[in-house]
Amino acid sequence: MPWPMQLAVPIAAVVTFGIHLLFAKNAPALETHSYLMLFWEIIAVSIGLAVAQRFWAALRQWMRHMWPIFTAAILLLGLWDLITFGFHLLPLPYFPGPAAVLRSLISDRALLLDSTWHSLVLLLSGYTLGVIIGLVTGVCIGWSSSVRYWGMPLLKVVGPIPATAWIPFAMVVSPSAIVSSAGLVALAVWFPVTMLTASGISNTRASYLDVARTLGAGRSYLIFRVAFPAAVPNIFIGLFMGLGASFLTLVVAESVGVKSGLGWYVSWAQGWAEYGKVFAALIIMAGFFSTLMTLLFKLRDRVLVWQKGIIKW
Amino acid sequence: MVAIAQNEPSSLRVREVSKSFPAPDDPLTRRQALRNISLSIAAGELVSLVGPSGCGKSTLLRLIAGLDTPDLGELLVGSEAISEPSAERGLVFQDPNLFPWLTVRRNIEAGLVARRVLREKRNEVGEFMRLVGLEAFADAYPHHLSGGMAQRVALARALINHPKVLLLDEPLGALDAFTRMRMQDEVLRLWENRRTTMLLVTHDIDEAIYMSDRIMIMTQRPGRIDREITINLVRPRDRTSESFLRLRSEILGHLHLAGKATDVSV
Repeated sequence: MPWPMQLAVPIAAVVTFGIHLLFAKNAPALETHSYLMLFWEIIAVSIGLAVAQRFWAALRQWMRHMWPIFTAAILLLGLWDLITFGFHLLPLPYFPGPAAVLRSLISDRALLLDSTWHSLVLLLSGYTLGVIIGLVTGVCIGWSSSVRYWGMPLLKVVGPIPATAWIPFAMVVSPSAIVSSAGLVALAVWFPVTMLTASGISNTRASYLDVARTLGAGRSYLIFRVAFPAAVPNIFIGLFMGLGASFLTLVVAESVGVKSGLGWYVSWAQGWAEYGKVFAALIIMAGFFSTLMTLLFKLRDRVLVWQKGIIKW
Repeated sequence: MVAIAQNEPSSLRVREVSKSFPAPDDPLTRRQALRNISLSIAAGELVSLVGPSGCGKSTLLRLIAGLDTPDLGELLVGSEAISEPSAERGLVFQDPNLFPWLTVRRNIEAGLVARRVLREKRNEVGEFMRLVGLEAFADAYPHHLSGGMAQRVALARALINHPKVLLLDEPLGALDAFTRMRMQDEVLRLWENRRTTMLLVTHDIDEAIYMSDRIMIMTQRPGRIDREITINLVRPRDRTSESFLRLRSEILGHLHLAGKATDVSV
């Protein structure tokens, strides 16, 4: 790896950090201090890695791939600092600089962690419920033409209503806000999972079913060992769409109903005009949601190994 | 060699069978695919069915497999009427139709799993993989296999159920010429080894002469058996021998005539 590339990250860190120092006279000392610490850490770690990669080929490979992106991310932080904290191009207090956001992240970490935990519990319980029900209804609608006849119109009419539109009823019907929020998340997930499972099942190649029947397959084999595995690529599309819908529903449900979780935290911080905290919560959400997406991608790659080399999306 | 015989090969009889389908362009009219077709195959016989495309060969095979039901007539395996698909009548298509989500081993096991006898018969899976020479690919997924290999898996998958009758719907049609000839020997070896009754639909006249005990020639739609030719050549057959070539031109001539005759009637 060439020298300039090895040092790109520490150099970007020094530049970004210099930008901050240039304007730091009028910033709270504590903010500047934590921001500084962050950059010292970045510089120390990146120099450490630059040395380590000389002896470790796998690390070198990874750095070669990731360094440009990291460098750009750090410089973007500097640009953000310049626009907000430096020249006040965006109105305050709505757009705090990165140092203020970092400070909020640190000072409010206990509450943020707690909110993340509550969101995770709510999201996973709602998502799991929605997926299970969605798979069951999807298989029934996809397999049985009479269930399809009665179920499909209902699905087509009720399904596209955004789950959040049910909030007024959900709050009345269920005993607790947590349960109704989990129900809304489940509803949001249920629709795409059902739709894509049903279409996957009903589009199973007829010849697979024919072959299975000449091998002596009964109905349960045809459904669970032929149609279902054949539908799995489709089902994963439903799972991804459902995950996206569940994030949206979660945040809305939390901010209007449940008094916990990241969605609640955002509207609460907004109420106090603490926009640093709003940004802090957004950063946590970004990490949280993208981690879940990545996990689902990993699961898909594992389940669909048999497709490797056939389909990429 | 596999020496586990459960289902004895069975004779197969088709009596006065007719089948029609709704015409694809006009759903109100029905198009006759087969009209009063009759044929019979002795237990352990290898019979080929040749004829112009669209003459209903595959329709007939689907009826025998039990995947469709005839409008009229009856189909018998041994003395039992065919009413639904069953593991005793194996079917191999031109497309191997392997389940892409299962490995080679699991594909071959599929029939045992479907019949819920995997536990008792697991030992046979290895034998069938050896029989078709695919032990090394046990854990490969179908998309890694070549056309010939995939078709061998499909054959093993059908044979593991020890069918009384094996129906082959242009099983070698998609293979290149060399693979195809090798596979013809392979299928013959399986047949000689197991003496399963086989009905082979093919477009390839050489293939029919090379492999079969008897060739049935079908007419244009609506299909019926126009002519039967018994092949008395000793196996392994020489594709270039004089008698082989004579049979070839006889059948070719016949197919040509059969085509003309229908042209007139239409």
